[in-house]
Amino acid sequence: MRQAINRLAEGGRIDRTERLSFRFDDEIMYGHPGDTLASALLANGVRLVGRSFKYHRPRGLMAAGGEESNGLVRLRQGGRAEPNVRATEIVLFDGLVAESQNRWPSLRFDLGALNDRLSPLFPAGFYYKTFMWPANLWPSYEAVIRRMAGLGKAAKSGDPDRYEKKYAHCDVLVVGAGPAGLAAALWAGRTGARVILADEGTELGGALLGNGQQIDGRPGTAWVAGIEAELAKAANVRLLPRTTVGGYYDHNALTLLERVADHLSKPDQGQPRQRLWQVRAKQVVLATGALERPMVLANNDRPGVMGAGAVQTYINRYGVRPGRRAVLFTNNDSAYRVALDLAQAGVEVPAIVDLRAQAPLGWRAELDRFGIEVMADRAVLGVAGRNAVTGVQIGKLNAAGNGVVPGLARRIECDLLCLSGGWTPSLHLLSQSGARLRWDGTPGCFLPGEAHQAVRVVGAANGDFMLQDCLTLGAGAGKSAANDAGHQHRGRGPRKPVAAVEADPTPPRPIWSIPGPGRDGRKSGGKAFVDFQSDVTAADLRLAAREGYHSIEHVKRYTTVGMGTDQGRTSNINALGIVADALDVAIPQVGHTTFRPPFSPVTFGALAGGQTGPLLDPARRTPMHGWHQANGAVFEPVGQWHRPYYYPKAGEDMAAAVNRETLAARTSLGLMDATTLGKIDIRGPDAAEFLNRIYINGWKSLAVGGCRYGLMLGEDGMVFDDGVTARLAEDHFHMTTTTGNAAHVHDWLENWLQTEWPDLAVYCTSCTEQWAVAALCGPNARRLMASLCPGFDLSAEAFPHMTWQTVAIPGVLEGLEARIFRIGFTGELSFEINVPAGHGLALWEALMAAGEKYGITPFGTEAMHVLRAEVGFIIVGQETDGTTTPDDLGMGRMVSSKKDFLGKRSLSRSDTMRQDRPQLVGLLTDDPGHRVPEGAQLIAGNNPAPPQRGLGHVTSSYHSPNLDRTFALALLQGGRGRHGETIHIAYDGRAVPAQVTAPRFLDPGEAAK
Amino acid sequence: MSRARHEPLAHLALAAAGETTGPDAGVTLQAAPYQPAVILRGESGNAAFLEAFRAGMGFDLPLAANHVNSHAGATALWLGPSEWLVQSTTGQAEHGRLAAALTGHRHAIIDHGDGQQIIRVSGPRARDVLSKLCPLDLEGPDLAPGRCARSILARCSILLHPLPGGGYHIHVGRSFADYVWRLLADAGLEFGVAIGGAG
Repeated sequence: MRQAINRLAEGGRIDRTERLSFRFDDEIMYGHPGDTLASALLANGVRLVGRSFKYHRPRGLMAAGGEESNGLVRLRQGGRAEPNVRATEIVLFDGLVAESQNRWPSLRFDLGALNDRLSPLFPAGFYYKTFMWPANLWPSYEAVIRRMAGLGKAAKSGDPDRYEKKYAHCDVLVVGAGPAGLAAALWAGRTGARVILADEGTELGGALLGNGQQIDGRPGTAWVAGIEAELAKAANVRLLPRTTVGGYYDHNALTLLERVADHLSKPDQGQPRQRLWQVRAKQVVLATGALERPMVLANNDRPGVMGAGAVQTYINRYGVRPGRRAVLFTNNDSAYRVALDLAQAGVEVPAIVDLRAQAPLGWRAELDRFGIEVMADRAVLGVAGRNAVTGVQIGKLNAAGNGVVPGLARRIECDLLCLSGGWTPSLHLLSQSGARLRWDGTPGCFLPGEAHQAVRVVGAANGDFMLQDCLTLGAGAGKSAANDAGHQHRGRGPRKPVAAVEADPTPPRPIWSIPGPGRDGRKSGGKAFVDFQSDVTAADLRLAAREGYHSIEHVKRYTTVGMGTDQGRTSNINALGIVADALDVAIPQVGHTTFRPPFSPVTFGALAGGQTGPLLDPARRTPMHGWHQANGAVFEPVGQWHRPYYYPKAGEDMAAAVNRETLAARTSLGLMDATTLGKIDIRGPDAAEFLNRIYINGWKSLAVGGCRYGLMLGEDGMVFDDGVTARLAEDHFHMTTTTGNAAHVHDWLENWLQTEWPDLAVYCTSCTEQWAVAALCGPNARRLMASLCPGFDLSAEAFPHMTWQTVAIPGVLEGLEARIFRIGFTGELSFEINVPAGHGLALWEALMAAGEKYGITPFGTEAMHVLRAEVGFIIVGQETDGTTTPDDLGMGRMVSSKKDFLGKRSLSRSDTMRQDRPQLVGLLTDDPGHRVPEGAQLIAGNNPAPPQRGLGHVTSSYHSPNLDRTFALALLQGGRGRHGETIHIAYDGRAVPAQVTAPRFLDPGEAAK
Repeated sequence: MSRARHEPLAHLALAAAGETTGPDAGVTLQAAPYQPAVILRGESGNAAFLEAFRAGMGFDLPLAANHVNSHAGATALWLGPSEWLVQSTTGQAEHGRLAAALTGHRHAIIDHGDGQQIIRVSGPRARDVLSKLCPLDLEGPDLAPGRCARSILARCSILLHPLPGGGYHIHVGRSFADYVWRLLADAGLEFGVAIGGAG
């Protein structure tokens, strides 16, 4: 078993008293609480953690935080397995299992590494150049390329964990809990403002956790602990560690991904694994810090080449030394502190190689104490070793930095190369917020330009790299953000923190690509990587520039630089510099690529949130739902309603059940739950005028007590909804709409009332939920009603078809009356009984009990469809498709010529008046047992082979037990003039002959009225 | 013999389910029993209508957006510029009293008592549960007691009414009651959910 050979005996923020066991590939290792997977691997001497994307080169860890582009692993197993997780962000827990990716058969011996040898065959734009011809072979190419080049593999089984969303509002959202962010949160919080402080890390403190800096004369970590304790106590401050702010949208809306339980082997009961926050902040303070850039030089991807700042973090925070003998290569001051930390941790440090002619002077004494040589005006030209660094080659660059001065080469043996290519402020979120970035040549980075929203940037993200500036400006930003959100300090604010004095920095010398060690600097000496995750080299970028790609956006897409899951965090600026050099222009002229959310990858689970499985969509239930369930109903979703589809009896399949239900409704008595129909109460002195404008037919003539069928059109003249509306009083109507369209119709009515006809005195109020509706139909319907409403005159003369009355139903409704409408959707003798919803179940049960002697049969939506189609009643959305006029449906005579109404003008367009428009017809197949599928196309001849001119399509198709055959409704071009003709229904390579008929197959006769 | 009104959540047998999941329930869910309620429509700018309401009901209709006024067993919740929910808190039906008071003034009264279910969400984590599902600022002054707001709970329309004694009344359309109950119970799982008795 491996030993933790690189674990320091003391120091760091880990708990050495507890051991956590974990498995990486096939090896069991141990780490400690406080470790990440990355720090534990390094502690165990693991250098090789993955294979690169394209060339399958051996790769090791380079970073200690979210910018890691090599250490991507597949975490956990089974349904919890997650690919492409950065080892630097995985908090170690006992029993953790992780696998390296992108290698076969094993990490150490990977056949894909052949790609590296064949790399001359894979230049930038390789896919575009190679696989574009012949185009029809791309699917085969793609299959191979996907297998070779893909990143990790997703889990195959379902994720057992919960995810959820969370909404929050605050005065000040502080992003990043380093020194600047903590100071901002403290000063904002002291005003009483509602503050949210979010940070990616498990611990607050940011860079202070790893860089050993002092504040107020004590370690920075002690200062962090003090601030954290205060913030944790404040009721107005919410601390969100392990939370990445990933998206910054308009109106200061931000999305945060909280990794609630990712640091546990599995979440507690009810606890989500991750939570996606949607935060609305009055003010935002971005304290997102800066990321250290690597240097672009030959073989800079060998395991053992790391960021200098990352190495410092591993030593100080995790108590791990990532090597035994380290060389540092820098163009700025920050590596000097790292060299001392390395030396103090017992790592041999032969040299700091500094690109600058003048190395900073302040470190001299301390460096001498450890015997660290400073090699100013020198560069590391290349790295030796394959699976691990074995040494570096050092030389002197010319003044321009684009060639090597001959004769000064030197080689130093080492197993660790620490690179510091300067610092890139993390401005992804700021850029997402709409702010512009401006290039500053002195630090060599983009800095915040003019803000576009209520946002401030502080700390290293603002180019303030000195700790005192972070603290002072952070506090100031926190205070002013709170002020702008309407909160003031009462009395004095907190005491201002004071950082240990730092020497003024010596300006960096940015050289975007170090020339290779070959003679005259032209020979590369190895691949110099810019984007490690996408395997893009400096040579690829130069090639793209030579091939004519001058826009950085085009270079990005052509070479894939910055397109990995790390979004080019460490590569974008280097790439920009190299492209600018190649094009011989200044960096601001090249500009930068667009930053898009999310800043870090977000799991699909978090995006889906908590409403999955049975909670995916609201399931609306009628008051009779429980009865339907208890009586074996199969349900069908209609909009969000769950309606009984059919009620199979033992041994019945759907066809048998629907036949039985359909037959019963015509021969004796059927009962359907029609509660789901949309119902709108329309009231006011102008109600009739309002309906006149909404419907195609007239409403002023409808007497109180009467009901009328109406059609509504859109402004385009196409049928939008239909239903029966009853006049309750002179100024009062009860409108019904189709089930799925109820909300749309209500919106439509309100829209016209509020925006176009505010002069009409009408109120439209939905009352769908208030009423339960039982639709009773069949020859015995009147007899049944008579038994329920004794003494009430139900005769056709007293209570005719298309009228309504309030009726007492003793024993079911005490002190209440039902509204009974003499309307129906089956053509049979019908009563639609409306009662307050709380009495719906009682009504239903009373009807079922009283109807027993008539064999009352509850029927579902499918039988209802058959029944209505038999008598030629349309369903909006089935017989219509948004291009259907009233005349197309044979309802042209309903269109009133005496008034104006919505959609009227469109009916006189030449296209809506064409004679050959698709018109509703009936179809009877020659074979009475043959049921054609809905949607099948109608054609003239009996040859179904394409190409064909379609003449229309089947809209409804059923078997009817009442007709003892199949039948269909269809929209057929010029159909009304073609009754009696034979057409063909084409589907599945067949052409089924059918006779065109009128769209009505059955007439229940006057007795049904 | 008339059957009692059937409650939308009766099928959950909540009375028997008065138990707690999780160690200490952070949130309590209660299905409020039926209370008469109506939607009242009328013009905010019609002084005679407002005066008639006040004369009949003994209190003013709230005219400011999302405000709630109560008096002697009746509560009026602002739903829109011409729309209020007038809710009985005593079981006393208001329909007749309102209709009598408003005779002669342009208005509409639509029965709503059967059309809604009120779910009371209370307990120390009530707000944490709701903030998983409702995008409004539950901590801000706009949702202090005395206010109300139409919003969404996941994909369902709700009327949210913070209560003076803590907790919230969530009014949902009757057909959504079962789904919303399950939604809240699921969101509260993390904190432990207790089922409260009627009330």
